[in-house]
Amino acid sequence: MNDYNFAYLDEQTKRMIRRAILKGLAIPGYQVPFASREMPMPYGWGTGGVQISAATLTPEDTFKVIDQGADDTTNAVSIRQFFEKTAEVETTTTTSEATVIQTRHRIPEEPLTEDQILVYQVPIPEPLRFLEPRETETRKMHALEEYGLMHVKLYEDISQHGHIATSYAYPVRIEGRYVMDPSPIPKFDNPKMEMAAIQLFGAGREQRIYALPPYTSVVSLDFDDHPFDPSKAPHCCALCGAEDSYLDEVIVDDEGGRMFVCSDTDYCERRRAAGHRGAALAEDAA
Amino acid sequence: MSAVALEGGFVDAPRDAAFAFRALMEVMARPGRIEELAGATPPAPLSIAAGVLLLTLADHDTPIYLGGACDTEDVRRWISFHTGAPMSGPSHAAFAVGNWDDLQPIDAFPIGTPDYPDRSTTLIVEVPELEASGAKLSGPGIRDQAFLSLPDPETLAKNNARFPLGLDFYFACGARVAALPRSTRIEACM
Repeated sequence: MNDYNFAYLDEQTKRMIRRAILKGLAIPGYQVPFASREMPMPYGWGTGGVQISAATLTPEDTFKVIDQGADDTTNAVSIRQFFEKTAEVETTTTTSEATVIQTRHRIPEEPLTEDQILVYQVPIPEPLRFLEPRETETRKMHALEEYGLMHVKLYEDISQHGHIATSYAYPVRIEGRYVMDPSPIPKFDNPKMEMAAIQLFGAGREQRIYALPPYTSVVSLDFDDHPFDPSKAPHCCALCGAEDSYLDEVIVDDEGGRMFVCSDTDYCERRRAAGHRGAALAEDAA
Repeated sequence: MSAVALEGGFVDAPRDAAFAFRALMEVMARPGRIEELAGATPPAPLSIAAGVLLLTLADHDTPIYLGGACDTEDVRRWISFHTGAPMSGPSHAAFAVGNWDDLQPIDAFPIGTPDYPDRSTTLIVEVPELEASGAKLSGPGIRDQAFLSLPDPETLAKNNARFPLGLDFYFACGARVAALPRSTRIEACM
């Protein structure tokens, strides 16, 4: 016997979250206010994503959680176990087997399908917040489509660094209307956001939900003479040799030794299982 | 209170509502898609789809407007017993239920404000037929194009023109449901 309601939250809370999700899908990129609840984990650990997952999961779902691409970090493991206990869902680490994927700061390398839902954990949902701290003002700026300040910020990047130095949480424009924070995913992931899956964004502390229906137009802000560049580290994965995946830099000794490995652990394991070998493993074999 | 009001609710509310919400989210995220809802049997003339939708999304925070033929004593009692939602006029409704003609003029419903476009009514329209044909749809949630039988494409196209303000629609036909968010562009063509 389970002592909690299905998926932990009470039904009234889930209805409130579900209504916010539907409004979010109807107005892509607009941040819908919602009455975020206390969850059995601290703010900053994915309470927004967890509340969306709780309102979205059915007992027939297969649930995957990644934390910066990895299935095996503390945060990912505990959220997975939380829903195993409270929502009786199957869990997996395999991207293609999951029907709902909760993510912190990455989009899986493997393209998602129409049968999948991607739930993002969002720390600061307001893309203009660091430029304008007042909620009343940013709300007005969204209402009036007044996004000049964001372009000034990107321009100042160029004048200081010679290029747009924003490398994560890179602002996007949705369907030519709302400027949206894609959550702190690397800008390498931005082009993947025009996908077949439904994308839901939850910010627990900031009490905002927003959403992207499939195939919604997502344009990374840029300038004609400084086009958007979804860059990544110029290396191959040391374990699986992938050239097209986003890489983490890992320090391996006290002498400045380092290696680059796929941040998407499932993608990397799958490639190694298929016989791909990167430089580090090739040396081991030798 | 009549027995009609007490019967026909979810048997297992958390799970029934979870499955129903997923169908409602799928159709809202992919305009033109038609899904089937189950789990509730509301009193006539409310369709199963409209009944399941209200049980899934309505509660004491969401005033409901019942239009024309749907505004019967049985329906009112059923909704208030199962959801606790208050009844209201069009100007304060979070949800409105009725035939297309009974919900006219749709200008009477709030379309949100520029600051809060989400403060708008969701219309649940009972339609005699629901087919993936008729008006051509494009926009968020639609890869190339989709088709859906709409009661009044011209009025709905005007609703889209006000984006990000506007109304969102569910179309209920028996147990089947489809949706039309304000973001969908509409071309009437046969």
